[in-house]
Parts: sequence; structure tokens; C-alpha cells
Amino acid sequence: MSTNAALAEAPHRREISPIDLLGRFAPLIFLLGLVAVLSYLEPGFRTERNIMNVLRQVSIIGILAVGMTFVILTAGIDLSVGSMVAFTGIVCAATAKGSRSLLTGGTTDPGGSRVLLAALAAIGLGLLLGFFQGFLIGKLEIPAFVVTLGGLGAWRGATLVFSSGQPISGFSKDFKFWGQGFVGRVPVPVVVFLLFVLVAFVILKYTQYGRWIYALGGNQEAARLSGLNTVALTISVYAIAGFCAGVGGFLLTSRLNSAEQVAGQNYELQAIAAVVIGGTSLFGGVGGVIGTLIGTLLIGVLNNGLVILNVSPYWQPIVVAIILVASVFFDQLAKKRRR
Amino acid sequence: MLLQMTGISKQFPGVQALQNVDLYVRPGECLALVGENGAGKSTLMKILSGVYAPDEGTVAIDGQIVVPRNPHHAQQLGVSIIYQEFNLFPNMPIEENIFIGREPNRTGFVDRGQLRQSAREYLQQVGVDLDPRAMVRYLSVAQQQMVEIAKALSYNARIVIMDEPTSALTDTEVRALFAIIRSLKERGLGIVFVSHRLEEIFEICDRITVLRDGRNAGELDTATATPDQVVRMMVGREITDLYRKEESTAGERVVLEVRGLSRRGTQQDDARVVLDGIDLEVRAGEIVGLAGLVGSGRTEVARAIFGADPFDSGEILLDGQRVFIKSPSQAIKHGIALAPEDRKLQALVLALAIRENVSLPNLGRLSKFGFVRRREERNLAQRYIDALSVRTPSMEQKVINLSGGNQQKVVLAKWLALDPKVLIVDEPTRGIDIGAKAEVHALMSQLAESGVAILMISSELPEVLRMSDRIYVMREGRIAGVIDRDHATEERVMELATGVKSSARAA
Repeated sequence: MSTNAALAEAPHRREISPIDLLGRFAPLIFLLGLVAVLSYLEPGFRTERNIMNVLRQVSIIGILAVGMTFVILTAGIDLSVGSMVAFTGIVCAATAKGSRSLLTGGTTDPGGSRVLLAALAAIGLGLLLGFFQGFLIGKLEIPAFVVTLGGLGAWRGATLVFSSGQPISGFSKDFKFWGQGFVGRVPVPVVVFLLFVLVAFVILKYTQYGRWIYALGGNQEAARLSGLNTVALTISVYAIAGFCAGVGGFLLTSRLNSAEQVAGQNYELQAIAAVVIGGTSLFGGVGGVIGTLIGTLLIGVLNNGLVILNVSPYWQPIVVAIILVASVFFDQLAKKRRR
Repeated sequence: MLLQMTGISKQFPGVQALQNVDLYVRPGECLALVGENGAGKSTLMKILSGVYAPDEGTVAIDGQIVVPRNPHHAQQLGVSIIYQEFNLFPNMPIEENIFIGREPNRTGFVDRGQLRQSAREYLQQVGVDLDPRAMVRYLSVAQQQMVEIAKALSYNARIVIMDEPTSALTDTEVRALFAIIRSLKERGLGIVFVSHRLEEIFEICDRITVLRDGRNAGELDTATATPDQVVRMMVGREITDLYRKEESTAGERVVLEVRGLSRRGTQQDDARVVLDGIDLEVRAGEIVGLAGLVGSGRTEVARAIFGADPFDSGEILLDGQRVFIKSPSQAIKHGIALAPEDRKLQALVLALAIRENVSLPNLGRLSKFGFVRRREERNLAQRYIDALSVRTPSMEQKVINLSGGNQQKVVLAKWLALDPKVLIVDEPTRGIDIGAKAEVHALMSQLAESGVAILMISSELPEVLRMSDRIYVMREGRIAGVIDRDHATEERVMELATGVKSSARAA
């Protein structure tokens, strides 16, 4: 094969335009810009304590967003993860205490190996719920939006039924370590979050399974005709999202020292926002977990910055919304240019 | 003259779809427009109905030159087209479908009474007794067609184009449609009847215009012509000097055998049989052609063998052993590969790189403990990029940026990398340029020589004739006949595909 001829025929020689760059790196540029501005305006932002605080605040949403990345890469959606956090959290709390009731369960759990059991209960339940939803979506072909919208209501309702509307609070030191403790100087949930990002990155980038996810999201029919088990793959991504929600439920209960019925409310929307701001396409097949990390950090820094700058927290959802829409806008703009 | 199209030419990137084509229709006449797949019939009709603008040539209605800008404008000019896939809204009542976008209104509100009354009148003109309030989705295919015709009449159509109107109808429904066509003719409308079914054409049409390779191939009166003449006119092209497969040196070892494969339509009210008792075999080293008109069931045979669609009865044997294939992944494990009809929709993940597309069905072999071994993956991709001379600066190029021919090579590469026993290719050279076509043909020939059993579906007769050792011809879900390489002619294939007897051959 003649190399010259090949190059001559190559369509679309890569030209990098500013808009292209902006489209691809808009969230990162914005994040760095924001950090720079905040550091300049308010030296308090730069302190290690504040940075760890920001990270801890977003870590649980970040963990959900990692699971959500898998789902959205297959062109799916999971609206139920916030409610799953509440349900898995309350089941986790009850397991730790050995009772569903605050009154009969004493004020604290025995700690020790009981914590492991509680964590496994939360994670196992999340996995199960995710698997169940995945089955409805992948096998019975009910649209993901509908199934998980159902889950959004049902798992929240299940939380109330399970706990009769009572929160379960007061745990042992062992239990609280997972939400409130530190590894070195880094909060435990942050370590877990970063670990999830790392593992997800490796899976998506280097494994067979990761490749399947991109193929499924990019072209479901081609994936099936290439011999991929598209049903099992679809089920698996919702199971991953459920797994992440279970981990989130455990960590949140531990951090708040209480499992509440309203826990995790709206977390699903923030997780979706983090994924989309990070550049993963809602149409599937394009994106990745590094973007999700950036999207999550951006939301966290923004929240923190508004507080530091003494802006009313009521503005926070509005600002996140603007960034969400703007980042997708730049992405679309860049795509049009590339055509 | 009601309609006069003169000197119409149309070019698409890489293809001269129409060249200096003439077509005319008299008032009260039914004109049949026939030609092989790809002869330019639909392009011509799309120009008439305003979907495409011609590069050259004019359209005149009643002697007035008109330029249909879009389908709606064409409708206003009196040209209505009824496609095989209807343009109806299934969840709306008949009356609203007929008057969509021009509902009779009274100060901004839809005048229901007027709407219903007018709809009823047009339905009566078509001669069907349907409640205008009925939802379209509850209607049979034939009834929906009637609604389309009523809609055409409501636009005061002068010319009605029907694209394969009988392909989904039962015999009784065809009778009813013909009665309507006759009454439309009596009212002075002109009909353009696009069809492959010669018997029907001879029954209902007055004249036949034949297209071949985007040009006028001739014109016949149904009163004096014979079906055989039509078939010869459709295919009578000179054979050009394209690639021709060497005679198979294959042994007698049958690799793929299909027995009695049958499948019904999936819809409830659809009593049609999609596949009916398909028997075929492919030997090692052989290229077997599967010919037939579009919709005759060729693709369905391929998809059933590959496990992409379920079938109701019949069996598939590989190397003499019965196999039960329920999914593409099982087919792949048995060494069957399918390069499907539509490479962009069914074969490629356009947003991924060439490397990732080539390795997709091969990941199992390329992975260790679930991790893709990059070096081996790159080697594999490079090997097939070289072997198939895919023209690209790098294996990391996204497939969406490749030309059609190179995309098709990537599809073949990913399957060849599997080293299949049976390769099924559906329209392997559709829409790719002549050079790439020759390369694909050479490649298939080499594969066959190396012992792969190849089943090739193609709508292009020259391709089928040159590449196949044997040709199965399908018609309406059945194998209409098998032709040896030595006895294969375009006429013979078309006779089987259209069901026209060759008794008049002596003429």
C-alpha cells in the first residue's frame, strides 16, 4: 500500500480549531478557571481543609455519577439512584443495629464485623435493585426512563414502608469511620470516590467489557450482530449503577450518622448533570469517566465558591443548570464544526 | 398530454442515477414503470414528486412547465405519490390524516362537522366504507392505502404515483385496488404504477416504460407486448469487463445446509409468509448467489441463519451436524459471519476507530483476563487494513470519516479476522465505487479459494452472475429456482425472480 496515496485520500485531516478545543475541554477549562478565580478572591478556598471539604461534599454524588457514566454510555438513563441511596441506607442502618426500629434497637450498633454486614446489605440490595431494573429494561425492553422513573418513586416509598417513616440514627465509631473518618489526611468517602473513578477508568479504557459498553451505546444493532450479548450488557450497567447507589447509601448513612427517608433526594439529577457536563453523550457511545470526575468537581467547586462568595445557596441549582446547558452547547457546536 | 417529463438527468456523488430520461402519461392512462433494482425508478418518481431537483430536464403538466419544489408543492400541482411505507399518522383518525395541515377551520378551531363530511365524501369517491373517525392504526394495509388514495383525491390529484402498491396486499385486496384504479382512469387521472409484478402490469396498465441503468430502455404497449419482452428489456445490458470469479475448484463437501426454513410475518394481522420452506446448501470454496427482488426474503434468510431473527420451522446444518443458533453470538461461535445489508446502521460503530471496529467480534481472542491486549489488537487491525488495503492514514481513524468502500472493507475485515467457515454477505458492494467493488470481488474470490463457504446476496445481476458458482433465486419468500453457473443468464434470473414463464422464449 502506498503511503502517499493513502494520505492523499484521507478525509478530514485533523485541524484543531479553538471551538473544537472549547467543546472538548470546556468543563476542564471552566473548572481550572473557577479554581483560579476563587483562590484569588478568597484565600480561604485554597486551604487543605476547604479542598477536602469540597471533595467530601461531592464524593457520594460522584460515586453515583461513576455508575451513571456506564448507564449513559449505553444511551440509557437511571433516575432511581437517589431513591436507592435512601433505601439502601435505611436497610444498612437496620442491619447495623440488628433492628428496624429506633426504639428497640438501642442507641448504637455493636460495631466490629457488624459494619461489614451492614455495608454488604446496602451494596447487595443496590445491586439487586439495579439488576431488577436492568432486567426490565434489557430483557423486557421497557424504556429505561420509565423503569427508573418508577424506581425513583418506588424505592423512596419502600424506604418509608421499611422504616415506618422513622429515621435510624446513632452508630458506633467503626460504622461512622466510613463516612467521617480519614485515610491519612483524605476523607474516606473521597478515597472511595477516587478509587471508583480509577477502577471505572481502567474498565472502560482497557477491558473487553469496556469496549462492549462503547459498542452497545454507539450502535446497538451492530453490537448485537457482532455477537455481543446486548441484553446481558444492558442489565449489567444498571446493576453497576445500583451497586454504586448501595455504596453511596452506606457512606451517606455513615457520614450523617443517620439514615433518613429524604436522604439522596435529587442526587440522581446531580449525578446525571455531572456525567453530561463531563462530556458523555446522552445518545451513548461517546465520553468517559474522567469527564465525569471533572463534572463532579465542577459542581462541588461551584457550590463551595458560591458559599465562600456569600451568594445565596438558592442560586446554586441555577448556576449548575447554566453550566450544564452551556457545556452541551459547546459540545454540539464543536461537533457541527467537525462535520 | 397530462404529464411530460423530458430529458431528466440526475447525478448523485459517484453515481449517474438518471441520464436523459423521458416519460409521459396521457389522461386516463395507467403507465407501468419497470426496471431492475437501482435502474432509477424511484429517483425519477422522487423528482416528479419534488423530493429531488433534476440536474437537467423539465417536467410539464398539461403542457405547462412546472418545478415541484417539495412533496407538498407537487401535491398542489396535482401530483400525489403513495409510497410502500405510508405517510399516515397511526394514532390519528382517518379524517385528520386526510386533512392534516389544512383542516377546515372556524375562527381557529377545527370545524369537526365539515372535516368529517369532506372526509366521508372522499372515502366514498374511493369506494370504501370506512368511518372517518376510525384510528389509522386499526386499519389493514389495504385500507390504509385507500386512505392514501382518498387523501390524494382531496388534493385534486391529476397524477397518482403508486410505488409497489400490491406488494403487501392479498389477492382480493389487489382486485379492489384495481377497481379503484379503473375508476380513477375513467375520471381522467393519470396513474404511474411502479411494480415488479408483470402479470399485474399486463392486467391493469396500458403502457410500459422500461428503465435500465438510469436510461430509457424502451417502451411497450401492454396490448401487444409479451412479459418476456419486458424482462429482456429490463436486463439487456452489455456485460462489462468486471471481475469474474474463477470456476470453483471446490470439492463436494457441504458446509452450510438449510432445510425447510420457514417464518411467518411478525404482526398479528399479517398472514403473509416471510419465508416458506427454504432449502439451500453452500459447499466449501463456493460462492453461492442469492438473488431475487427487494422484499423477496433474501435478507431474512441470511438473518435467520445468523440467529439475528427467529424462525418458526426448519433446520440448519453445519458440516452435516444440526446446529441450534438462537443469537448472532452463537452463530459466530459456530464460525458463521454476516456482513449485513446496511453497513452504517447494522455493521459499524461509526464513532469508534477502525481498530476498535475490526476487533469488536474478536475481543474474546484478543483479551486476557478481560483486558484487551493492545499490541495484539493493533497487530490484528494493521494486518487486515493491509490485506484489504483500507485507505486511511491510521487505524485510529474513526470509521465515520471513511468512504463507503473503505467502510465496507472494515466490515469485511472484522469478519475475516474471525476466520469464518461460512461468510454471508448481504449487498457487499452496494453504494461503493467501481474500484473498491473490484477489490471486494477479488477478495471474496480469494476467500472462497481458501475454502470459505460464501453466501452472497445481491440485487445487482451482473455481480450475481460473475461471482456465483450457483444461484438461488427467491420470489415471495420461496426459492423459485436454482441455476448453475453455466446456465445463468440475466434473463433466466429475472424470469425466476418475477415469475414470468419463459414459454415465449422462442419469439
